[in-house]
Amino acid sequence: MTILRRTALVFGLPSVLFAAWWVFSAGSVDFYRPPLSSILAAFAETWFGSRIRDDVLPSLLRLAAGYSLALVLGIGLGVLIGLSPRLRIAVEPVLEFLRAIPPPVLVPILILFAGIGDLMKVLVVVSGCVWPILLNTVEGVRAIDPVLADTCKAYGIRGADRLRHLVLRSASPQIVTGARQALSVGIILMVISEMFAASSGLGFTVVQFQRGFQIPEMWSGVLLLGLLGVLLSGLFRLVERRVLAWYHGQR
Amino acid sequence: MLDVKHLRKVYSGHGRTVEAIGDLTFHVAAGEFVTVVGPSGCGKTTLLRCIAGLLPATAGEIRVDGRPVSGPPPGLAVVFQEYGRSLFPWLRVADNVALPLRRRKLSTVERRKRVHDALAAVGLHDSLEAFPWQLSGGMQQRVAIARAVAYEPRVLLMDEPFAAVDAQTRADLEDLVRDVWRQLRITMVFVTHDIDEAVYLGQRVVMLSRSPTHVLDELTVDLPDERDQLGTRSDPGFSKLRARVYSQIRAAKAPVDLGKTAS
Repeated sequence: MTILRRTALVFGLPSVLFAAWWVFSAGSVDFYRPPLSSILAAFAETWFGSRIRDDVLPSLLRLAAGYSLALVLGIGLGVLIGLSPRLRIAVEPVLEFLRAIPPPVLVPILILFAGIGDLMKVLVVVSGCVWPILLNTVEGVRAIDPVLADTCKAYGIRGADRLRHLVLRSASPQIVTGARQALSVGIILMVISEMFAASSGLGFTVVQFQRGFQIPEMWSGVLLLGLLGVLLSGLFRLVERRVLAWYHGQR
Repeated sequence: MLDVKHLRKVYSGHGRTVEAIGDLTFHVAAGEFVTVVGPSGCGKTTLLRCIAGLLPATAGEIRVDGRPVSGPPPGLAVVFQEYGRSLFPWLRVADNVALPLRRRKLSTVERRKRVHDALAAVGLHDSLEAFPWQLSGGMQQRVAIARAVAYEPRVLLMDEPFAAVDAQTRADLEDLVRDVWRQLRITMVFVTHDIDEAVYLGQRVVMLSRSPTHVLDELTVDLPDERDQLGTRSDPGFSKLRARVYSQIRAAKAPVDLGKTAS
């Protein structure tokens, strides 16, 4: 496929949807559904100023902190649980219980323990992101090829070498799958955590606009969140292509 | 060098017990090339995994270099049948060969040289940077052999390493294994179900019965050390040896009633 064709395919549907929105909203006089043109005007005004520093950046930093923490916790615990069948049997019911709790209901509880600052918001992100990473890591570690495990054993590849070259790499396709799910969960929770008791952030700003009947601004916030999602998943794909080059090359 | 005494292995689980190895005793001298041949499903792989310390024996004893085997013995390398699964797909060929050397106290230069020499010995000096899955099956098994060679083992175990490659590649790899052995003079135990291969490669052939396994017979291969695919295989001595092994193995298989073939 030529690059031109590919680009046309990638941008085709978004352009059509965008154009449709533009055309069908053009004459709108409905206060709650303003024309796209006025949303875009509000977009530039709203977000290309100090809000990038005051709201967008704090949101992204909380997301980054929560997501990274969830990666460390999820992969670390997942490897431990995946390597020990006994530990897995012991903790599985608890994990299923904890996983079934929707993270947003934890927000009021976390406020009690962690206050209403950044820590609470980071913890909300962690509480949602950790599960897909953890459970996928466990499955990935369990699925290590027995021949490869025997190879390590026979050649005395143990300890840190084994962890790095066998366990983590074997599980990496599954870990990446979990991390991808966790990323979209993380964006949602970032916004939700900012809708409660916050003084900055994207979620906070969107709610503020809604309460202040600044409808085009509110819509522009939704648009920005969608664009951030696209950007982050693009970044994720770049990292994935590097980490899993061997995996995609093999098939 | 390698002593297997009254080895017995019983698998149990899922309400079923299978006696894979009944009572196996044989000896391999230092520097000897022994091939082990038996009907399919006779517990050859089980035997090899017991020697490699990957599987505990139910009874009996295995000694490598005088030391009883209770885990993978140092100085022992294995080439598995499933070449596609015994190489690390995320490591390049050179790194696959180098990985087992990380625990050895070698300088980077020394290690690199060993990896390079081993890969050159199997004819893969120009594939160092490739990933295993970019190579053909025969080349992948060459990488696995190079990894074993670079490890500089005293004992090299091979578990039907060429069962999954085509006939021509197989002939090349057989000669490669002979060359490696003649150069390094390490102790070789080569397990196969192929009678021709067993006679062509070994100095001695150990014939196994069907499961529960014991040694049927041992045969010294009195062919010259210098062997080649065309000459050796058409040698009357080769045919005679081959016929002897074949009749033994067939006799061993005879009393099997259909449907009760051991797995």
